[in-house]
Amino acid sequence: MNINEIQDGYVIDHLHAGRALRVYRYLNLDQLDCSVAIIKNAKSERMGRKDIIKIDELIPLNMEIISYIDPGATVNVIQDGKLVDKIRLTVPEHVKGVLKCKNPRCITQTEQELQHMFVLKDRQKGTYRCYYCDTIHKPED
Amino acid sequence: MRHLLDIIDWSPEELDTLMDVADDIIAHPGDYADTMRGNILATLFYEPSTRTRLSFEAAMLRLGGHVIGFADAAASSVSKGESVADTIRTVACYADIVAMRHSKEGAPTVAAAFSSVPVINAGDGGHNHPTQTLADLLTIRREKGRLNQLVVGLCGDLQFGRTVHSLISAMSRYRSIRFVLISPDELRVPEYLREGMKAAGVPFTEVERLEDVMGTLDVLYMTRVQKERFFNEADYVRLKDSYILTAEKMKLARKDMTLMHPLPRVNEIRQAVDEDPRACYFKQMKYGMHMRQALILQLMEAAK
Repeated sequence: MNINEIQDGYVIDHLHAGRALRVYRYLNLDQLDCSVAIIKNAKSERMGRKDIIKIDELIPLNMEIISYIDPGATVNVIQDGKLVDKIRLTVPEHVKGVLKCKNPRCITQTEQELQHMFVLKDRQKGTYRCYYCDTIHKPED
Repeated sequence: MRHLLDIIDWSPEELDTLMDVADDIIAHPGDYADTMRGNILATLFYEPSTRTRLSFEAAMLRLGGHVIGFADAAASSVSKGESVADTIRTVACYADIVAMRHSKEGAPTVAAAFSSVPVINAGDGGHNHPTQTLADLLTIRREKGRLNQLVVGLCGDLQFGRTVHSLISAMSRYRSIRFVLISPDELRVPEYLREGMKAAGVPFTEVERLEDVMGTLDVLYMTRVQKERFFNEADYVRLKDSYILTAEKMKLARKDMTLMHPLPRVNEIRQAVDEDPRACYFKQMKYGMHMRQALILQLMEAAK
């Protein structure tokens, strides 16, 4: 497999080995009709092993959630079979509406239609706090 | 719109101004008797709390204002499933300022996001209780004459006690504060607070027995240790007496130590201690009401 196989879509590259399925789940890729490929444990000179996700359609992609799970990932944008953009992700300051607060006492558990929101707490550790109840969340939670 | 959701949202300078107003209210109560005439405070208490609700209501009445509200979620539209957002938008049509207690953590933050009037967090689950911290700060400032250069002992359940967490966060911002944290190993302060103190360069020590450090403290803040918090009975039996303050133990303390407790107490401070001039917990309640008066005034002024 290589990125030339995609006409219009994305290659999410340089995911740490083992994180592709979480990205797949959080991005709701199971709900797409187009081809989606998950490559686990691909050999990488820089990382040893890495995961890759290929999406064969230019869907709206939530970069915040990818960078929350793996800020070291790269998103390659393919149009007409060519690489047109290479987006290097950084740790996001906010993550909205995708993750859910794990604290059973948090107001987000009961308030109707309230968007879950997280604010970056520690850039080094990659930890976030719930905007409402301050509970600390780590990407591996 | 200015609110009070977390004590840390207000700078030490803003808190100092609030305490100055409270001091003036204590010195000249008559000057403030009509300052809130024609204004309404809504107390939205989704879970019961006699002390805090009465303190807010007394604060508003002493300023010449009026009070509406509910003291139990069962008596409100919440029992029909109304959201916090809808409740606050409705109440903001009737009242000029809102004090909210809620069992869900972050509920006052949601209320503030949808409110056209100031919102005061009157306690949200185990999360924050900033007006208790206001009472604590004023008590320390009035009793010790300062909020810096103090050795502050906190004793009891330091893991789940929200008043302890807020007080540590608030006092860490003042100069030359040292904390002595007295608790069983199971109930030590949460890791995030320990890291916060280290990052802020605030010195602290952690000990298990109150008797060992009693004589070193300028302030002692007592809280209750509940038996069910212990992992095993043996530890509870070994340590339980260490967290009960008796007149005998008070002999080990400095003559000018300030003894505080957020109340209600059960048996962690013996009644014989109440007569000790260093016992300030009932004064602390009164100061809490005056701080709530000052807070209502400041928030209403900012909302104009």
